[in-house]
Amino acid sequence: MSSFQPRPTRPAEPVALDDRARDNIRFIRETMERAASFTAVPGWGGIAMGITAAGAAMIASQQSSPYGWLVTWICEACVAVAIAVWTTYTKARQAGGAILSGPGRRFVYSFAPPLFVGVLITLLLARIGFVGAAAGVWLLLYGTAVVTGGAFSIRLVPLMGLCFMVLGAVALFCPWSWGNAFLGAGFGGLHIIFGAVIARKYGG
Amino acid sequence: MAAKQEAFRLAREEKPKRGAATARPVKAAAADLDRVIHERTRLAIISALAVNDSLAFSELKQLLRVTDGNLSVHARKLEDAGYVGCTKSFSGRVPKTEYRLLPAGRRALEKYLDHMEALIHATREG
Repeated sequence: MSSFQPRPTRPAEPVALDDRARDNIRFIRETMERAASFTAVPGWGGIAMGITAAGAAMIASQQSSPYGWLVTWICEACVAVAIAVWTTYTKARQAGGAILSGPGRRFVYSFAPPLFVGVLITLLLARIGFVGAAAGVWLLLYGTAVVTGGAFSIRLVPLMGLCFMVLGAVALFCPWSWGNAFLGAGFGGLHIIFGAVIARKYGG
Repeated sequence: MAAKQEAFRLAREEKPKRGAATARPVKAAAADLDRVIHERTRLAIISALAVNDSLAFSELKQLLRVTDGNLSVHARKLEDAGYVGCTKSFSGRVPKTEYRLLPAGRRALEKYLDHMEALIHATREG
């Protein structure tokens, strides 16, 4: 039985069908990704947030008291939220208006809880006078928010979240005095880098 | 022996049109296939609408990189099949056409995906 073949060569017709089926599924997935990414957070907003965060890092580094430092970053957070809301709204309106409904709502729902926890932990740290630890906590929780919020978006978004989480985790185990630099690198650097890629590749 | 049988089976499967009994899987697959969404542009419209509550005509056009005429013809076919709903309105003076996926359309897409997976599965086992 030397001619026995353990694995039969596949017949021509089903292989073609098989390939076509695979190709169709890939096509559907890619179209969905593109259609969903079309509605995601605008890249230019990310760049703008990164620039303001870099500015905030410089201002915050010159503050003498930890509370001045904290207030600077809280102001920056408000500015960043305003930029995010405004740019998302503009992009949605340019695209036709109804964008904020489906993926947008899902994004907000999964984005908000980690940020809310972040606010509470910041209050706690301020209460026990341990503001130095805030940098790592913010980066970690913002990263978590981006990962969960971006789970339905293009892969780049959760990847950015992961970078934030890694940075936050490292920051927790470094001297507190480095916290400001970590914040600058995260909210400044990562936002600008990922924002630029998103703006270039995914339509603004 | 085994090889001979295998060769015989292959020969039969390569010509599915001849024997009605042996041709059934492939033929059935072709018959069940939802022709309405099998077409590429229509499949793209359905897929894009599946991840958005609604999309405007201009968004779909930009997203799928098709011409106005092409998009409206295919969207019309999906409307006729009851897969896609269409609302026309004015924003200011500009007419706006919004498309959204209807439950029948979502079911059709799910069925189509199941179908594709079944095809892959069948050939892997065969």
